[in-house]
Amino acid sequence: MTVGLMVTCINDALFPDTGKAVVTLLRRLGVEVTFPAAQTCCGQPMVNTGYLDEAVPLLRNHLDAFAGCEAIVAPSGSCAGSVRHQHRLVAERSGDPGLVRGVEAAPPVYELTEYLVDVLGVTDVGAYFPHRVTYHPTCHSLRMLGVGDRPLSLLRAVRGIRLEELPGADECCGFGGTFAMKNAETSIAMGNDKARHVRSTGAEVLVAGDNSCLMHVGGLLSRQRSGVRVMHLAEVLAQTEPVVHSVTSAGSAPTREPASPSGAPTAGGSQ
Amino acid sequence: MTATFVGMPAFPTAAKAALADTQLRRNLAHATGTIRTKRAGVVGEVDDWEELRLAGAAIKDRVLRHLPHYLEQLETSLQAAGATVHWARDADEANQIVVGIAQEHEAREVVKVKSMATQEIGLNEALEAAGIDAWETDLAELIVQLGDDLPSHILVPAIHRNRAEIREIFLREMGTAGRAAPEGLTDEPRQLAAAARAHLREKFLRAKVAVSGANFAVAETGTLTVVESEGNGRMCLTLPEVLVSVVGIEKVLPTFQDLDVMLQLLPRSSTGERMNPYTSTWSGVTPGDGPQEMHVVLLDNGRTNVLADEVGRQALRCIRCSACLNVCPVYERTGGHAYGSVYPGPIGAILTPMLRGVGHDAQTDSLPYASSLCGACFEVCPVRIDIPEVLVHLRSEVVDAHKAAPGLPSVQDMAMKAASWTLSSSARTGAAEKLSGLGGRLLNRFGGHGAPGGAPMLGALPGPASAWADSRDVPIPAPESFRAWWGRTDGGRRDAAPPGHAQGGPTQGGTAQGGTAQGGTAQGGTAQGGTAQGGTTQGGTTQGGTDGRGAGR
Repeated sequence: MTVGLMVTCINDALFPDTGKAVVTLLRRLGVEVTFPAAQTCCGQPMVNTGYLDEAVPLLRNHLDAFAGCEAIVAPSGSCAGSVRHQHRLVAERSGDPGLVRGVEAAPPVYELTEYLVDVLGVTDVGAYFPHRVTYHPTCHSLRMLGVGDRPLSLLRAVRGIRLEELPGADECCGFGGTFAMKNAETSIAMGNDKARHVRSTGAEVLVAGDNSCLMHVGGLLSRQRSGVRVMHLAEVLAQTEPVVHSVTSAGSAPTREPASPSGAPTAGGSQ
Repeated sequence: MTATFVGMPAFPTAAKAALADTQLRRNLAHATGTIRTKRAGVVGEVDDWEELRLAGAAIKDRVLRHLPHYLEQLETSLQAAGATVHWARDADEANQIVVGIAQEHEAREVVKVKSMATQEIGLNEALEAAGIDAWETDLAELIVQLGDDLPSHILVPAIHRNRAEIREIFLREMGTAGRAAPEGLTDEPRQLAAAARAHLREKFLRAKVAVSGANFAVAETGTLTVVESEGNGRMCLTLPEVLVSVVGIEKVLPTFQDLDVMLQLLPRSSTGERMNPYTSTWSGVTPGDGPQEMHVVLLDNGRTNVLADEVGRQALRCIRCSACLNVCPVYERTGGHAYGSVYPGPIGAILTPMLRGVGHDAQTDSLPYASSLCGACFEVCPVRIDIPEVLVHLRSEVVDAHKAAPGLPSVQDMAMKAASWTLSSSARTGAAEKLSGLGGRLLNRFGGHGAPGGAPMLGALPGPASAWADSRDVPIPAPESFRAWWGRTDGGRRDAAPPGHAQGGPTQGGTAQGGTAQGGTAQGGTAQGGTAQGGTTQGGTTQGGTDGRGAGR
């Protein structure tokens, strides 16, 4: 199966490693990934600020860019949610029936964990990440898309990981797009409480499926010199255990089998 | 006692003050946290909760589709049951009607059942202007009224007060409004309730006229319903001679049977109780029993405007349970006053702008933006009001209203236009990223580690960026965008693996990572071979992210 990577504008410009991690991960699982180079932004920042007219050209561009794909995968619950739930609204606003039809005919969009668990049918992607981690389920993944425990089931299968439960996990971190600027004081109050919960877990890494939320909480954690860093789920799942060609370590830790995803064939289009 | 929301600043300003009120923060976090847990418990034990929600929404939608029909049916039923029906287009009309009835009976005071509709229209102030005292009899409303305060929650208007503050208000103010608080009153809840009971009892027994709202009005039978927890409502509804009920036109239900659904949804959602303690239903006048004169004021006051809004009309399903307030992370931190309306929280952020209309004042226009769109409100709403959807819709109405107004476009208008222009073309986007990447390369030498992937971040910044950077470090743009990387490396295929490495492919996870993330140099080598331990954790895991940044150097 060939999927189009919708890397999202924020990852494109600020966090390209997340996009690279998705490529690494999907290829490892035998998926052919393309990056439709005409893509830019789904238009969510405009829609959520009330600028529907300004979102129309972005929608046109999005539909053109991904027209040839069988499916779209995005490492962002928020952007996947926007495509799924807001594009129709924007199309209707445009008054162009062709655009409405375009939205209806667009390829299905999956948030990364939906694609892994539902389409590929894997939870163990062969990842290795020997760190103490806590997971924040971002609001749009959780409530707009309803990804449920897919991310956690993926994380639980990661070798070496020590997963800590995050208190008040379901509560919003306070990012909220332009909310973070328009209502900065409230946004920061919310974010500080999230950061406090994160720190209480003793985790070294805060993981989530949306870099925009992580940028906000990570910005607070960094300012606090908290010793906690943030990381996109895709980057955790892309990591694998290096193969140690044992020369002297006969009696030490047994060399692991090279990581390969169990539950799905390693190569050749698992679906 | 005429505290009013008029003249409140816009939400961000009001919120800033509220966020600094440490006692408010403590009180609200405790109260909303408690009620949230309680609600989740009793909702979780209902197997068909989702079906109940769907039924509640369907009943309300049917009412809204055929509102004129059900209202006329309600009027006929009420009249047949001996009640007098009044129609009020707005707050002034409704207030005049109620004041007129009180004056007709030469009443100097009225007792009140807690009612959002009468708060919305400012009835207490209208009565006061006519020389008539309006006594709130709900405990929390009494606290607000005695404290010359404003309500900050739909269900628990004094939620921002703790018991020490309540004790002080009772000791200070009760004597000025009637029976004083007993000496030696402590802040023990039982004692506070007893003081309120004694204070209110003489008012119940003395008043000739009572004013209520209604949670539901059944069109078929002309039955009004009040749902309350303290018995004060029952007192007001049964003891006085005259009862006036101010009822929003969206409160109508087609049949008595529909109460079955609503009376399951409401208490579990609002107080976290399985069953409501005092549910009063009455159908007109019963000779010799209860009030012998009954008036019902059917209130529009902007509701038909809401009904005309195809997206926003779902807000009229609201049964005022306040579950959305209790679960809202914004409300929990700012409290209700910051919303500048008797309807605070998520439901207030959509209802208030629709009742008042947008594009007229900055305070109202700020309300649809007073949300992070986290969606927790929609999840708990017993009648499935998609509050985030309506918030986004109202934001577009605010923007449209401002665009249509004369004058220069705002900074935000221009920024969005510019962003739209840039982002509607991948060539322009790529060019902008090149520029930001250049900046990123320069900035990369500063900063700590905090951004996703452990990338460097910037500290405090001047100007508008300070809204972000005052408390949050700022991510530095990647020196090379994903787009540029894909183009340069053909999606990571061109410089995929470190030189000399067997392209074994699928098995070598570390390889793939090294290759993609860093364009295969010495780093990949470390991860691969030699160093047994340090290399394992470093190269294979944490490095990928951090070092990817250096790739474009």
